[in-house]
Amino acid sequence: MTRHVVARCDEIPPGGRRIVMVEGRSIGVFNLGGEFYALLDRCPHQAGRLCLGDTIGLVQSREPGSYEFSRPGELLKCPWHGWEFDIRTGQSWCDPKRTRVRTYPVAVESGESLVKGPYVAETFPVSVEQDFVVVDI
Amino acid sequence: MSDVLLEPRSAQQSRLGVIDCDIHPMLRSAKALHPYLSQRWRDHFDSYGPRTPAPFLRGHAYPKATPALSRRDTWPPAGGPPGSDLAFMRQQHLDPLNVEIGILQVLFPSVKDQRDLRLGVAMSTAVNDWQVAEWTEPEPRLRAAVSIACDDAEASATEIRRCAARRDFASVFLTPRTSEPLGRKRYWPIYQAAAETGLPIGIHTGGTNGHPMTAGGAPSFYMEDHHGNAIAMQSALASLIFEGVMESFPDLKFIMIEGGFGWAPSCTWRLDKHWARMRDEVAHVKRPPSEYIRRQVWFATQPVEEPERPRDLRTICEWIGWDRIVFATDYPHWDMDDPRHAFKVSMTEEQQRMIFNSNARAAYGL
Repeated sequence: MTRHVVARCDEIPPGGRRIVMVEGRSIGVFNLGGEFYALLDRCPHQAGRLCLGDTIGLVQSREPGSYEFSRPGELLKCPWHGWEFDIRTGQSWCDPKRTRVRTYPVAVESGESLVKGPYVAETFPVSVEQDFVVVDI
Repeated sequence: MSDVLLEPRSAQQSRLGVIDCDIHPMLRSAKALHPYLSQRWRDHFDSYGPRTPAPFLRGHAYPKATPALSRRDTWPPAGGPPGSDLAFMRQQHLDPLNVEIGILQVLFPSVKDQRDLRLGVAMSTAVNDWQVAEWTEPEPRLRAAVSIACDDAEASATEIRRCAARRDFASVFLTPRTSEPLGRKRYWPIYQAAAETGLPIGIHTGGTNGHPMTAGGAPSFYMEDHHGNAIAMQSALASLIFEGVMESFPDLKFIMIEGGFGWAPSCTWRLDKHWARMRDEVAHVKRPPSEYIRRQVWFATQPVEEPERPRDLRTICEWIGWDRIVFATDYPHWDMDDPRHAFKVSMTEEQQRMIFNSNARAAYGL
């Protein structure tokens, strides 16, 4: 696993995302209420650009005509066939056992610690004053 | 590392040239048809607009899964609805999927179901001229399906003969949901013209005829409406066989598009069983239905069946015949299939070549 600095923290606000290329892979980095998550930008169903999809909430129902909406912004819906995935775990909502999108560990590191190494990304300017999002691939 | 949104699968481009039997071009706006309409019909189109038996002038009876029923990433960056920008269609679809030939199926504007048949006939020539001028001439990989106002069968036959003279047209557009079942005599001039000119009939899912989508009445949900597409296909197939269309036009080919194909074997078995027991009711139908289907019908793949055990897909293909299945994407619609990923089952190189290319060449005479 190699750690990659992919963004300054303030570049991905809560509810926001950034799609980055790391080691030839397109990866979506999402901010859910201050916590960062990274998913492979490829739907396991038919390889659609999953991370371009809408972030949605969970709609459930106990009986016809009654709907409950929860977890706003925590699911990602593929722009092709509408498969829904939990951004935190990569699990498919409809087929959680067999279908999962690849996730990557994400951490927030201070610029100060990054400058000390050994994780400085050569292609990304890191400054001491700010915090950065780091993805493990 | 960069923020550039690169196509992550560019290295896996299919090397096999794909024939895509279902691509939906759209008008950039309602006025985009103006250059192809006479002043009389332009004025009429603007003042009164098209009108079908649908309950709403705009939108659908059931809310579709997505805006413009399209994949969310198919809205052209230069504006206009999905499917309206040829340059973007090339870039997003034809080039990366290695589409060798794509057959256009115009769903909107709905020509086929126009109530005012004079307007419908004017729209049919306009849509066909638009397909040639804006799609098939600038992009030789694309071929059109002849749009017809099918309730005026004589005018439809005239339009089929006019268009068939051009290589731009590969088939005739119909849907399983028409004013009467597709096999009824009122539509036979269409089949006569198609048979004479050698164009196959592409029966694309959909249509608006004022009847509820299901035999049990109007369903509550889009999901039921969407499921009804496969049932409507089976009814259309039964009508074409039992009304005698396939018996009377033995060389006419039919391609069933966007109804899936998993139902085809069991439907065929049932039709054969009924025919074996009650064929004196339809004495004009000389052969078991399976023979007509085997002789004259091709099934387009999309939406590809996704059985729990993927290998069951192979069994279905074997029952239908590997030579009778043609590939379709349905681009840019939301339930489209990507030829590189849609089949979750392995196929031999020969089977791939047949489904993705050579079967469609045989069906459309390409």
